[in-house]
Amino acid sequence: MIYADNAATTKMSEAAVRTMVSMLEEGWGNASSLYSHGQRAKEILEKAREDIAAVIGAEPREIYFTSGGSEADNQALRSAAAFGRRKGKMHIISTAFEHHAVLHTLKALEKEGFAVTLLDVHENGLVVPAEVEAAIREDTCLVSVMYANNEIGTIQPIREIAAICKEKGVLFHTDAVQALGHIPVNAEDGFDLLSASAHKFHGPKGVGFLYARKGVPLTNLIEGGAQERGKRAGTENVPAVAAMAAALQETAGHMAENAAHMTAMRDRLIEGLKQIPHSALNGDAEKRLPGNVNFCFEGIEGESLLLLLDDKGICASSGSACTSGSLDPSHVLLAIGRVHDVAHGSLRLSIGEDITEAQIDEIIAAVKDVVTYLRGFSPIWRDLVAGKKEFIL
Amino acid sequence: MALYSEKVMDHFRNPRNVGVIEDANGIGEVGNAKCGDIMKMYLKIENGIVEDVKFETFGCGSAIASSSMATELIKGKPVKEVRQLTNKAVAEALDGLPDYKMHCSVLAEEAIKAALEDYQSRTGISIDE
Repeated sequence: MIYADNAATTKMSEAAVRTMVSMLEEGWGNASSLYSHGQRAKEILEKAREDIAAVIGAEPREIYFTSGGSEADNQALRSAAAFGRRKGKMHIISTAFEHHAVLHTLKALEKEGFAVTLLDVHENGLVVPAEVEAAIREDTCLVSVMYANNEIGTIQPIREIAAICKEKGVLFHTDAVQALGHIPVNAEDGFDLLSASAHKFHGPKGVGFLYARKGVPLTNLIEGGAQERGKRAGTENVPAVAAMAAALQETAGHMAENAAHMTAMRDRLIEGLKQIPHSALNGDAEKRLPGNVNFCFEGIEGESLLLLLDDKGICASSGSACTSGSLDPSHVLLAIGRVHDVAHGSLRLSIGEDITEAQIDEIIAAVKDVVTYLRGFSPIWRDLVAGKKEFIL
Repeated sequence: MALYSEKVMDHFRNPRNVGVIEDANGIGEVGNAKCGDIMKMYLKIENGIVEDVKFETFGCGSAIASSSMATELIKGKPVKEVRQLTNKAVAEALDGLPDYKMHCSVLAEEAIKAALEDYQSRTGISIDE
């Protein structure tokens, strides 16, 4: 099997598994308990907080553990919105291609009276900082722009946007779920709030964290005990948190070499797939995550492509409607201007650190085969080739 | 549980009656690219019998499997029987489809009906008899 869906989830690293198992066996105490067995769990929890903070150049007290990226996104947006409301500022700026954890929270906030501006992400899938600046109003309380997009992998100009927000006195949140562990992410970038998820960097599922710069007031999503400085109730999942820290330290420790290898493999894959006629890379070719490749192939549909790749032992994903469970294809592909017809024929391959050149070549050959096969009995392809319809790509 | 039944996967992986009939006397195309599914059915009807049928489909696994199964269900059958084909029969023959994929079987039924109507308007032979 060639696993090329690391943007969906990653395999846990050995270090993360080892840490988690040993914690489950021995460090299972309640971190809020007074006796030493509980306090040992507390120590491990706080050590994990320090380790994670160190990786992103933050202070340990700025890290709040959550159940994952979605919860962190929800809490970041709700916190900034509540803060804004108290000051009479009820306008939020974000982008059209955020993760649904952000977009759906914004929809909910709109119903609660907030005004939301979604910025264009253009054909290359990049936010333009000057457009962020132009969109900021007197009553803007928050700007939320993802660090890197989960479907097309484009890396956003986070430092520039953060600088603009700082100058204008507006809070800035970034969803770094796809970025952390893969490209440098540091509090020096200037964000006020950041969301992260462990299972995207070889940690366990069901755990993540919210970074909130000192002084940024948080609003609870979950009320209860005084865990996480009173901002997130619930007995801490110490084994998962410790495993997340172990995974992050490992990926961050090898980031440069991993990125160099993956970027070379990514570009080899892009070059290979480009040779398929009437195909196009989605998103900027340079400003993209080392592991992300996303293509549209005209005349075919993504789900059948995925099923046939699965038969060849390749795990990938698509932004077609059939894979999303709705009639519309991926909102990300629509946001970069791909029309429905073409967006249905998309393929995302998100490669891992251990991908080999031979595997890349195997993927290229498999995709070529399957695309050719499906086009062979596609009525759209027949019309395109016969000149009855114009090629889009 | 797998996404699709074994029957669906079999018809998806090894679709029956794929292709084009050059001298078809009934052609039906339904669906649209915007929604992500297009089915085209080619019929060769002689003496009130569907002597040959072929299909082309742009769509997901269940759309391809539904087209394939539909062609198997109507090949060699009299037109008046083919007219009665329902999407439910297609889905049942595939050992079921997920709820949100039932529209694929509807497309198969509609494509065949469109092809029969095309046959009627081309030949002037009523399909209601």
